[in-house]
This record gives sequence, structure tokens and C-alpha cells, in this order.
Amino acid sequence: MDIFDVFLLEAVLNGLLLGGILALLALGLNLVFGVIDVVWICYAEMIMIGMYAVYYLHNVYHWPLWLAFASAIAIVALGGAALHHLVIRPVLAAEPINQLLVTGGVLFFLQAAATLVFGVEFRNLGIRLPQLQFGEMYLSMARLIAFGVALAAMIAMSVFLKRSYLGTAIRAISQDRQIMPLMGVNPNRIFLVTSALGGALAGVAACLLVLQYDIHPAIGLSFGPITFLICVLGGLGNMMGGFIAAFIFAQFISVGGFFLHVEWGYVLAFLFFIAVMFWKPQGILGGK
Amino acid sequence: MLVLENVSAGYGSFQALFGVSLEVNAGESVAVIGPNGAGKTTLLRVISKLINPTSGEIRMEGRALTRVPAYEVISRGIAQVPENRRLFPRLSVQDNLKMGAYLPAARAKFAERLEMVYTLFPRMKERHAQLAGTLSGGEQQMCAIGRALMSGPKLLLLDEPSAGLAPVVVQAIFEVVRRMSAEGYTVLIVEQNVRQVLKVVDRAYLLETGRIKSSGNSAELLSNEEIRKAYLGL
Amino acid sequence: MKYAALALLAAAPLLGMGNYPLHLLILCLLWACVYTSWSVMGRLGMVSFGHGAFMGIGAYVVVMGWNHYGLSPWIGTPIALALAAAVAFLIGYPCFRFKIVGHYFALVTLALSEVTRLIIVALRDQTGGSLGVTPKTALADVSYSLNALQFSSKLVWFYVILAFWLGGLWIWKKVDESMGRLALEAISQEEDAAASIGINVTKLKLGVTILSALMTCMGGVLYAQYQLYVNPDTVSGIGISLQMVFGVIAGGMFVRLGPTVGAAFTLLLAEGLRLWFGNQYHGLDLTVYGLMLVLFIIYMPKGILGAASGALEKRRMVRAGA
Repeated sequence: MDIFDVFLLEAVLNGLLLGGILALLALGLNLVFGVIDVVWICYAEMIMIGMYAVYYLHNVYHWPLWLAFASAIAIVALGGAALHHLVIRPVLAAEPINQLLVTGGVLFFLQAAATLVFGVEFRNLGIRLPQLQFGEMYLSMARLIAFGVALAAMIAMSVFLKRSYLGTAIRAISQDRQIMPLMGVNPNRIFLVTSALGGALAGVAACLLVLQYDIHPAIGLSFGPITFLICVLGGLGNMMGGFIAAFIFAQFISVGGFFLHVEWGYVLAFLFFIAVMFWKPQGILGGK
Repeated sequence: MLVLENVSAGYGSFQALFGVSLEVNAGESVAVIGPNGAGKTTLLRVISKLINPTSGEIRMEGRALTRVPAYEVISRGIAQVPENRRLFPRLSVQDNLKMGAYLPAARAKFAERLEMVYTLFPRMKERHAQLAGTLSGGEQQMCAIGRALMSGPKLLLLDEPSAGLAPVVVQAIFEVVRRMSAEGYTVLIVEQNVRQVLKVVDRAYLLETGRIKSSGNSAELLSNEEIRKAYLGL
Repeated sequence: MKYAALALLAAAPLLGMGNYPLHLLILCLLWACVYTSWSVMGRLGMVSFGHGAFMGIGAYVVVMGWNHYGLSPWIGTPIALALAAAVAFLIGYPCFRFKIVGHYFALVTLALSEVTRLIIVALRDQTGGSLGVTPKTALADVSYSLNALQFSSKLVWFYVILAFWLGGLWIWKKVDESMGRLALEAISQEEDAAASIGINVTKLKLGVTILSALMTCMGGVLYAQYQLYVNPDTVSGIGISLQMVFGVIAGGMFVRLGPTVGAAFTLLLAEGLRLWFGNQYHGLDLTVYGLMLVLFIIYMPKGILGAASGALEKRRMVRAGA
């Protein structure tokens, strides 16, 4: 095999692995949007909080890693519920754009608060996972784990949504919010639970990202925008669409970055996004 | 079973109900008839607490309903089939029925009641995996009634079950209502289709511009000159 | 009274103002320019998260032209403006044509500002990447260079930027006059209704967008020339784009001086907190700022000036009623 093609294949496979984690990122955001109709602009900052939680619990307080992970997920889940209760609920009746902006304010707040509390230094867990060799290709173990966990989390989520009463209510509430009380459902409670679930997914993402990236207060900016675009590309609130869009984006980034520089991969992905918006403004799977 | 005393309600500055009093006894089927815009739907929305009464008392089995939030009304044994059916269009028929059994007490009896609904509406069993939005109007109405029955209600509220349906389907729906009251369900039904509904209920109230104008058993109302003129075209 | 206030503002630097307060005043006016530019379209319901793109184009095109091709900012600026207008057209036309509004519009424009930031970073050999870049100085032996648009005197900058700020307010007024209140409100609220009374919504929105982009681009040019340093994060990307939106919200986007009040408020808040708590609490100012933004949007969505003038109006009406 031509060496060039091996590297290209490596890029494609790495893109596939990246797609898994991007899909997980998109899932939480889509879940929240689908149910509550609000985009958490501060979603990536919630993940940042989760990453710091893992770092502090594991490296500073020396908790075992699994416990640090579990706690971080719980912390971000609580954060999601708190975000809804304190910030979103008061503006639910306001203009949609205010809901978008208020979470943007939270973005500023979390980013600055992290700077204040944790400082601007880059931190990492100090765990180095090996590179796996397949023939002439190298794949990152951390990415492979992230891919597997992301896939498992998504399957668990879809089973939950399909099978459980709460999951069915979450799917139902996005279709007709007003009559939910007739079913005995308290919509506020569903919103709170959904926000906690969205937070928990952000927490899972945090655990996976902390294995691959350094933590710093502005880390959210490096994957926040891409997550929004994936969700819009797939049709906001459309989880299947988000899933597919994540893999498309990941290929642009990975293969584009292979031919050019990694930023150009992102530029290509973003331009592709803009182009698609003109072709199908409702997203690739948008029906309406 | 259900008692309304002097209930007034409205939307913002618009008042739709003026001191409405009515009563539904256990095992009875009662209709509220009246022209469009008389406040019939508002009446059911007040009972379900989707809107709060501005004054008056609502009691279910002797306990006040007035301060109960909407999502707790169903646990008192009141289930509503809303106007225009309002199914979840992108959920399957069975998931819609599942939503009807959302209450913890109802979940335990899900399988049993599902069987009961499927016996009542064999059509629903055939279509259980189909998205509710793709059902025909009559099937949707059956699904909506089935969804309300899944909570095992003591009192069933039906809001214009015949609206927008073909005459032959309307007949079928009223046949269902008749069967349910024969089986002992307590039913409060709001209808514009006066002639049909008076054939299946025991008693009825006439609601006009937010006020109860008259009431009586079905036979009485059917022979009432005014009602015959205004609503039966005779 | 309006003119007296303006005269006072114009005379302020001559009344023995220190260098640092003057610097703050200039920055305040500069951001007021940019925020006003954003509001020209933002108040019509087109909430853009992408104005960092236009500011970045203004700042970088001019600096790159000067550093690499020796192009005077007098030539660089029209090129930057043309580019900004073209980008605004490319993004605006399909958006308004296909009625991409609300969340979708915000997120599409957000993509635009990120693309701009990433392109600047990716061209690191020319732009210096995320470290930023300094325009080659023309002030080695002189105190000003008109050709390079560089002035060592802050006073000059004060009057230049004051002029642009006034220009921005004037444009706002002209937009109001030429479109008429009715058309403005019609396109922001009831697009279909506006179309039915014969308003070409797409064309109007596009025009306003291009205007707003041009003004923002100009702000970017001035920012780069005044600060003599640009960096992709301070002139493009999501951070700066959001900062614009929030500055405007703090002040109030439906009142002409709202964005200016927002700029003054955010700048004073940041500086005040910094002076108060000192520099050791890095991030404190932005933490408080973020918290205030959230509170603003929840409790005072019309902004400081909007809320104040609303309250005044109410009092006036009560008095008139009594």
C-alpha cells in the first residue's frame, strides 16, 4: 500500500473516533434544545467545569479516578439543573433571543470564574495513554476509549428515551408542551430532569476530553462553537441528525487537517456548514 | 362526584365563564351543549386546571380542586380528552397510550389497561407501532380516548369528540361513549353536535355566552321547544 | 442641552485630563462606535453573533496590507470595507432569502466569526497567529504619520474617534428617518405582514446588514491603528462577538445612545473592579461582568438606558394623567 494512503486512512479513522466524541457533545445540547427550546451557549463551559472537577478530585485530593469521574458527572448534572432553575426558568416566557443570550452571559461568568478560581495555567491529569499501532497506522488509545464510551452513552440514552416513562415524556414534551399536565406530567420537573441529563452528558464528555486535552479556562471556546454548528447542521433538537453531522464534521477536521493544517480543517468544516445552511436551512435531516 | 359552584374564569381581561354551577354524579354521563364560543372548552380547561378559575369552587369527590396544580388533577381521577385530540404526532400509538399511564399508580396497571383499550379499540392494536400523526381522524380520536382511559379515571372529560370527523365516524365515536357509560364510566362531554350527544347521555346542561341557560335529562331537553329550534333545526 | 454635553465631551481632553483617563475615554468611544454599528441591525431582530468577523477583517486587512505590501491604510481601508461588505452580502442574502432567523441566524453568524478567527490563526506565517501582530511603526523619528495612520498623540485619536462615533449616531438617525418607524418595526416583528404591505424585506435587511458590517469593519480599522496591536481573539471570534452583543444589551439596543451607555458601563465596570480589587484577582472583573449580564437579561432586558427612559416615560404619563 502506498504510504500516503495509509496516512490518509489513519486520518479517516481518527476522524471517525473524533466523530464519536463530537456526537456525544451534540447529544446533550440537542436533548436540552429539543425539550426546552433553549440553546445552552455555555454548554462547553459546563464541560470545562467537569474537567476541572476531575482534575481537582483526582490530582489534588487523590480520589481514585473512577470516583473522580463519577463525581464530576454528578457535579455537572447538578450544574445543569441549577442552570435551568436559576437562569433559564426566569426567561422561559421571554423572547427566544433572550434565552440564547442569557446562557451566553453564563459562558462569560463560568469562563471568568474559572480563571479566578483555577488560574490560567494549563493543567492535565498526567495520565498518558499509549498509542496503538495497527500496521503502519497509529491510533490514540484515549480517542478509542472516548469513541467507545461516547457510543455506549448514546445507546444508553436512546434506550432510556425509548423505553422509560420519563424518556417517553421527554420525547412527548417537545411535541406538545401544553397538554403535558393532562398526562399528570409536571413540565417543570421534566425540564429540570432534562437539564440534569444534559449536564450529565456534558460531564461524561468532560471525563473523556480530560484524557486527551489540557484544561484551561478558555478550553470551552475550542469546542463550543463546533458543537453548536453540528447541532444546527443536524437540525436543532434532532438527535439523529446531530449524530450524522458530528461524523461529517469530524471528517472535515481530520482529513482537512491532514492535507492542510488543522485550522484549515476547521475552516473547511465551518464553510461547509455555511454552505449547507443555504441549501437546507433546517439542517440535513430537518423535515419541516 | 364532580361539583362546580359559581365558577367564573377567563383569559386575561376576557371573561368566558360567569358563575357556572353544575354537578356530575358517579356513573352518570352528562353533556354540556351550546353554540360555538359559549365557553364549553373553557369549562373543561377549568376543571382540568389548565386555567385557574377567577372565583367559585370546584370539588371532586368532596375535595376541593380549586388550588390543585394542573398536573395533579389526573391523580384525583379526572382524565381529559382535549379538543382536537392533541396526540403526540411523532410518538407511536402505544407510546401515546403509555403517556396516558404516566402516573406511578397507573404504570403498575399498564399491561392490563393496554389490553382493555385494545379490546375496546381493536384498531389501536393493529396500529400500535404507527406514528399517531399518521392516523385517520377517527382513529386519532380513539387513540386520544384510549390515552385518557390508561390512567384509570373515575371521570372522563371529552371535549368535542365529534369535531372535524366524517358523519359515519361521528356515529362510531358516540357509540363508544354510549358503551363507556353503559360500562359504568362517569363521563362529562362537551359537544356542539346536540342531536347525537343527547341520544347517548343521561343529562345535559345548555351553556350560552358563559352561563348555564337550562338543564335537564336528555328526553326533556330533546323535547324543549327552544333547544329544538336553536340546535336541532326543527 | 445636547450640544452643551457634546461640547463638554469634546473639550474634556483640553481641561487637563491625564493620559490614562483619556485612553479610557477613547476606548469607550471606540467600543461605542462598534456597539452602535452592531445595534443598527441588532435592534431589528437580526441578532448577529458574527460581528467579530467584520471587525477582524477591518483590523487585519489594513495591518497586513501595511506590513507586507507597504499599503497605506488609506488604501487598505477601502479594501477592507469592500471585503466586509462582500462577506456581509454572502452571508446575509441567503439568510434573509430563506428566512433564517432567531437561533439559526445567531449560530450561522457565529460560524462566520469563528471562520474568520481560524483563518487568521491558520495564516500564522503572515498574521503571527494567535500571538497577534503589531503594525510596523512609522513613528521612529516623527510623532505622527498621516500615510501610516499612526499618531503618537492621544488627542488626535480622541477627535478622530469622536468624529466616527458621531458619524455612527448620525447613520442610526438617518436609517430611522429613511425607513420610517413603521417599516422598521414591521420587519423586525412581522416579516410576512411587512412583505404584504409592499416592503421588500430581504433587500431592506440586506442593506442594513451591509451598513452595519461596514461600520463594524471601520471600528476594527480604528482599533488596530489606535492600539497598534491586534490579536485574533481581541478582534474576531466568538468572544468578541458576544462581547458586542452583551455591551449593547447592558446599555439598551432600542435607544440611540444605548450602545454608548453599554460601552461606558462595561468599560467602567471592568476598570473599576480592576482598580478596586487590584490585579491579583485575575478574572474577577469578568466574573462580576458575566453575573451582571445574566441579571440584566433576566431583570432588565431593555438595558440601562432603555429601562431608564421607560421609567421616565411612565412618570411622564402618570403626571400627564394626573
